[in-house]
Amino acid sequence: MRIPFTKHTLANGLDVLLHEDHGCPIVAVNLWYHVGSKNERPGKTGFAHLFEHLMFEGSQHHDRGYFQPLQGAGATLNGSTNADRTNYWEVVPAGALELALWMESDRMGYLLPALTEAKFSNQRDVVLNERRQNYENRPYGLAPMALLAALFPDDHPYHWTTIGEIADLQAVQLDEVHAFFRRYYHPGNASIALAGDIDADDALAMVDRYFGEIDGGDPVEPVRADATLPRDVRIQFEDRVELPRLYVAWLTPAMFAEGDAELDLATDLLANGKTSRLYRRLVFEERIATDVSASQNSREMAGYAQLTATAAPGHTLGEIERVVFEEIARLAAEGPTDDEIERGRVQAEAQFMFRLQTVGGFGGKSDQLNAYNVFLDDPSYFPRDLARYQVVSKSSLREVAARYLDPSRRVTLSIVPNDRGALAAPDSELAVVS
Amino acid sequence: MSPRPATRAAKIDRSQLPAPGPTRPFPFPAIEKSTLANGMRVWTVHHTQVPLVAFTLLVRRGAASDAPGQDGLAAVTADMLDEGSGSRSAIEMHEALARLGAQFDTDIGSDATVASVTVLSRFAQRALALLSDIVARPAMREDDFARVRQLRLHRLTQLRDMPSAVADRAFLKLLYGAHPYGHSPIGNETSLAAMHVDDVRTFHARAIRPSAATLIAVGDCDHADIARLAAESFGDWTGTSDGDAISAPSLPRAARINVVPRPRAPQSELRIGHVAVGRDTPDYHALVVANTILGGQFVSRINLNLREDKGLTYGARTTFEFRRLPGPFVLQVSVQTSGTATAIDESISEIAGIRGPRPVTADELALGIAALTRGYARSFETGEQISRAALQLALYDLPDDYFEQFVPRIERVTSDDVSRVMETHLDPARLTTLIVGDFDAIGRDLSGLGFGEPVVLPPESF
Repeated sequence: MRIPFTKHTLANGLDVLLHEDHGCPIVAVNLWYHVGSKNERPGKTGFAHLFEHLMFEGSQHHDRGYFQPLQGAGATLNGSTNADRTNYWEVVPAGALELALWMESDRMGYLLPALTEAKFSNQRDVVLNERRQNYENRPYGLAPMALLAALFPDDHPYHWTTIGEIADLQAVQLDEVHAFFRRYYHPGNASIALAGDIDADDALAMVDRYFGEIDGGDPVEPVRADATLPRDVRIQFEDRVELPRLYVAWLTPAMFAEGDAELDLATDLLANGKTSRLYRRLVFEERIATDVSASQNSREMAGYAQLTATAAPGHTLGEIERVVFEEIARLAAEGPTDDEIERGRVQAEAQFMFRLQTVGGFGGKSDQLNAYNVFLDDPSYFPRDLARYQVVSKSSLREVAARYLDPSRRVTLSIVPNDRGALAAPDSELAVVS
Repeated sequence: MSPRPATRAAKIDRSQLPAPGPTRPFPFPAIEKSTLANGMRVWTVHHTQVPLVAFTLLVRRGAASDAPGQDGLAAVTADMLDEGSGSRSAIEMHEALARLGAQFDTDIGSDATVASVTVLSRFAQRALALLSDIVARPAMREDDFARVRQLRLHRLTQLRDMPSAVADRAFLKLLYGAHPYGHSPIGNETSLAAMHVDDVRTFHARAIRPSAATLIAVGDCDHADIARLAAESFGDWTGTSDGDAISAPSLPRAARINVVPRPRAPQSELRIGHVAVGRDTPDYHALVVANTILGGQFVSRINLNLREDKGLTYGARTTFEFRRLPGPFVLQVSVQTSGTATAIDESISEIAGIRGPRPVTADELALGIAALTRGYARSFETGEQISRAALQLALYDLPDDYFEQFVPRIERVTSDDVSRVMETHLDPARLTTLIVGDFDAIGRDLSGLGFGEPVVLPPESF
């Protein structure tokens, strides 16, 4: 199982990844900029994501909406920002590849002359509404803010969410946007992948024609920061919810680092799906929770594992917490069963095969090539990525669970219904979130 | 390190956008069909891009077949399918799926119950056997039912906190009342509390039957093999489905403007629409084009107005929900509280405008048609996409050449067609607006819209 590709680097530093797949007459264009909310500073949060919005508002030679010509050519397109990177993609009919490259290169090379105060102010309003819709007006929607703030110190770039603080968004100035663009949005900090119905040589020539004329820009130095949790940080707040929800989070290894794959599998067997240990106890047998889930959230500089469970009516988060830590202690002492390891292996194989089904969009082959290239400088990593899961053993999983899912170093967050503070996990301090 | 220079000093001419070139013709997936002795249809599509097989089992009975007073029965039945079979417990069933690395899902809509499983090709036979245990031979044990019903009741409790879920439920009730489409598939607290495991067993026995079922297999598989395996796995499943919701009571007449109060909400969750048209309408293609221009894509009139011009929302969209019986036309958007009345006023103006006063321009029409047709091939890239496409044919009795005909039929739509179908199927005077939002903050503005005084809906009314 692999994604065949060729890689070229233009003189201006732009990485170009090409993958031929002639199954469907479409091409995925996928462009990553190695910038995310971790490149922001306290007081200036939300910037990378707000900027992503501005990239759809037109550039010097096409100073109108970005969507119109591409949708008119039959494309689907989108972009996203996370802590570590920003990506933009189009999936176009094969005959519209040149149009997509024209558009992407124009906003890489010539965005600022078209970036006005009016566009900026409109998209800031849109982002504030995105924040209201997806966080403020959503039950438990402020949980990510509280968790990240407790897991990472104030000046650590993972302390804040990608959507940013309201006050910071309101304070951003247009000249800061310009400076941000010049620093991060240039060929030397970008990687483009084309996957689909292309001829690799022709496609490379076309990329060079459109992107080759753009200056490379100053190299971006990697961000570095450390985080440690000294204790069990216990916090709670009230929200407009009917049922209390418990979140437990731990600091864990970074993406692709040793222990990352084990934690993926450990969180799965603990809390994902009806076969998981905690679903079985909390939801199926004891019926004190309505749902439970967990994940290892791997990021470039560090990871965090997160477990979430909602209490059934009449039950407290303290009851849930007790069962969660009994099961974690059992896993840390005894490790997984043979059957759990075998299921984990075949599920990994299937999941990786599912990832080969599509050339584009979030998580398609073009996006994966870019992820491996940007984070590891190695687009060929796909089979070795799968191998990380195939080599996990009972003992390695047990050791990693024991080491990282440590009850004495974690964040324990309770979100409880208004005026029902007694449902929170015991000894929790009031958290201030916005 | 210093900045790296451009590869070439010479700049290309950017005075105009490159016109899209030709794209090679794309053969649409051919569906091979046969029917088992029990009446179940077996459809397969040979698709060998990756060694996976996607199975989809459609039964043409859904929440619209819930008997009066039993809202939620079809959905609970769907939920009970994977709770064990024969001597296998619910957990053991999921362990068996996990040993295949299977991706399993059930889905319930008004018109259909769907169970799907996607696996590595080498597990196709075992996956099909499990799927038949799930759909044809579920255990339906009393203790599992008690747990599943309790989880659904908890879920209902949680949905009360979610503005979008509250809006969806309340809006369906306003539009449809006691009609089979008037309730969410999940049902309500009263109907679920009164439900018994025997109700589920009875529903399964009378509705989830092979006469209404189609098995769709897409992947690295052969029709004869799948048909043989299906006969082995599903052969002893028999019976004819009844309970098809073919006739419907008359619709209520809702107030023009309705509010579910959500004090201090930073946004208002809006639904605007009315009951419109069914999937079998001859105006289908013209309506798809019209909706794309009005609110079906990023560059639609309504999204450009509310988001890109006024910044009131993260996004707005409209949909004709085509179903077997007339489904709703719905505009959905979440807007900042201070912009609620403006958003309603602008939205209704856009709907009224496209019916005639502001007909679609030639550019808008060309863009809408191009957006729907030029990228059509991309809907057939993965096995699951092909399954979903085939499922539409099976659910709505569409002809075999539906995919081939889609592009030419969309291309034939004219701006007169758009005006005509919008005038026929949308009526601004009948539009009902529902708001989940901060009534204290917006009440006065709403009264000023000219739709009469807002009707406040208590949570127990839907």
